[in-house]
Amino acid sequence: MSATQFKSPVVRWIDHRLPVFSMLHHTAHDYPTPKNLNYMWNFGSLAGLSLAIMIVTGIVLAMSYTAHVDYAFDSVERIMRDVNHGWMIRYIHMNTASFFFIVVYLHMFRGLYYGSYKAPRELLWMLGVVIFLLMMATAFMGYVLPWGQMSFWGATVITNLFSAIPYVGESIVTLLWGGFSVDNATLNRFFSLHYLMPFIIAGVVVLHIVALHRFGSNNPIGIDTKGPQDTISFHPYYTIKDVFGIAVFLLLLAMAVFFFPNAMGHPDNYIPADALQTPAHIVPEWYFLPFYAILRAVPDKLGGVLLMFGAIAVLFVLPWLDRSPVRSARFRPLFRIFFWLFFVNAIALGYLGGKPAEGIYVILSRVATAWYFLHFLAILPLLSMFETTKPLPKSISEPVLGSPGRVA
Amino acid sequence: MANSDTNKNPANGDVQEPGRRDFIVVATYAMAGLGAAAVAWPLIDQLNPAADTLALANIEVDISKIAVGQSITVKWRGKPVFIRHRTADEIARANDTNLDDLRDPEIDTARAEKPEYLVLVGVCTHLGCVPLGQKTGEVRGDYDGWFCPCHGSHYDTSGRIRKGPAPTNLEVPPYSFLSDSVVRIG
Repeated sequence: MSATQFKSPVVRWIDHRLPVFSMLHHTAHDYPTPKNLNYMWNFGSLAGLSLAIMIVTGIVLAMSYTAHVDYAFDSVERIMRDVNHGWMIRYIHMNTASFFFIVVYLHMFRGLYYGSYKAPRELLWMLGVVIFLLMMATAFMGYVLPWGQMSFWGATVITNLFSAIPYVGESIVTLLWGGFSVDNATLNRFFSLHYLMPFIIAGVVVLHIVALHRFGSNNPIGIDTKGPQDTISFHPYYTIKDVFGIAVFLLLLAMAVFFFPNAMGHPDNYIPADALQTPAHIVPEWYFLPFYAILRAVPDKLGGVLLMFGAIAVLFVLPWLDRSPVRSARFRPLFRIFFWLFFVNAIALGYLGGKPAEGIYVILSRVATAWYFLHFLAILPLLSMFETTKPLPKSISEPVLGSPGRVA
Repeated sequence: MANSDTNKNPANGDVQEPGRRDFIVVATYAMAGLGAAAVAWPLIDQLNPAADTLALANIEVDISKIAVGQSITVKWRGKPVFIRHRTADEIARANDTNLDDLRDPEIDTARAEKPEYLVLVGVCTHLGCVPLGQKTGEVRGDYDGWFCPCHGSHYDTSGRIRKGPAPTNLEVPPYSFLSDSVVRIG
C-alpha cells in the first residue's frame, strides 16, 4: 500500500511512520468486494454499529448506575426520571440490545443460506459463533443489573444451569454467586463483567474482520471472485449502501425507542427484586427463547442443559457437517427447502420458549428441538452426499451479463 | 469521473462551477455532522446535574446560636459555606479598607446583606482548597480573615483577597434571611 498517495502532507508524514491511514484505506476503501452483494450483506455493518451504540450508551449509563442490591433498582429509576436525557439513553441501550440480536440473527441466517461458513471461511464463521456466545453472556448479565424481579430470577435460573454438572455443579454455582444465593456479590461481579465483555467482543470483531478480509466476502452466488472484473471497491459503493442500511436501521430503532420502548422487555422487571417470591411466569429475554425452549423440552436436568449448549456448539462444527462444495442455496434446491424448514422451526422454538411449559407446548418443543438437531446432524450431511445441485455460473457476472464482464 | 455533472461557467470557460455531485456530497456530510451533534448532545448533557441534584440545591440554617466573633461551617451543594457573626471591629475594618488596595475591588456592604453576618463559600478561588480561620486558634492570615494553607492566600474580614495567588474574593452564595434567626442559602 505504499503506493497510496494521500493529499494531506501531515497524513503522508504520519502514514510513512505509522501506517494507520494506509491500513484504514486498505480495509475500508480499496478493499475489493464482490459486485453482486444483496441487502442481506448489510447486517455485518449494522451489528458493528449496534455494538458501538451499546458501548457508548453503556459507558454513559454506568456513570449513574449503582451496583448494590439496595440501590441498583432505585439508581435505574433515577436514570429514568432525574438524569438529563437518562430515559432516552437507557431506552436506547435496552432496545439496541434487542436490535443487536435481530441483526445478528439475520446475519447468521444469511451465512447459513449462502454457505458463508464453508471453506475457506470456517474460522470466520467460528469467530462469529464466539461473538454470539459472548453477546449472550453480556446480554444476560446486563439484564440482571436493574435488579428487578426478572433480573433476579433470571440470574438465579441461569446460574443454576451449572448445578446440573455432576459432582462439582453445586460448588461452581456457589463460586458464580460468591455466596449461597444470587446477592450483592453476584450483582457486583456481573456489573464488572458486563462492562468488560463488550470490549472483548470488539476484539473478536477485529479478528472476525481480519479473517473476512483474508478471502473477502462471500456473495449470493457463492462462487469465488475471479479477478478485478468481479469486484468493486468497498468505498464508495458499499459504504453508501451500508449507510443506507444504517439509516433504515436507525429509523426502526428510533421508532422502538420513542414509541414502544418496553415492547421487547418484560413488565415484571419493573418490580424490585424479591428473593422470597418468584414471578408466576418467568421467561428470558426474547432472544434467548429458542434456546430456553430446548432447555425445557428435555425432561432431565443435565440433558436439558447439555442440549441447550449443544445447540450452539453444533454451530461451531457446521463447516464440517455440511460438506457440499456448493455454497449458495440458490444452486441447492433441496437444501433451500430444508433451510426454510429450519428457519420456521427456529421461529417456532422461539414462540414455544415463551409459552408455559405444559400440555401441547411441551410436545411441540420436543418435536422442534429434535428437528433442530436433525437438521444439523443428519439432514446436512446427507444432503451433501445425495443432493443434485444446479450447475454453477462460470463467473459472478455471467448470470446478469451473459459474459465474464469487465473491470468497472 | 462525472464530468457531465460539472457545469462550465459560460462567462469564464476555465472555471468549473461546483457540480451537482459536489452538492450532494457536501449536503450528506453536513447532515451526518448535524446528526452526530444531535446524538452527542444528550450524551454530554447527562453529565450535568440531574433533577434530584438540582432539587437539593438549597438549605436553611439557624444562625441564632452563633455568638459574636464566632463562625460556623455548613455544607451546601457539597461545599463548605462559612457564616461568621462579625464583631463591630471586624465590620469597621472591612468598611475602612481603601478599595485601591484590593485586587478584586468590592465594598463590604455589597458582600453582606446584614453587616453582622458574613456568608461565604469557603472555597479558595485559587485552586479550591478550604481556607483556615473558622475555628478558634486557627491561622487567620495577615488581614484577620481567612488564610488558605495550600498556596498562601490571605483574605480579609470581608473575605476579600489581599495577598497570595488567588485571583478573586471568596464567593458570596445567593442567600436570604427568612427571619432574624434563619438564613436560606441557595
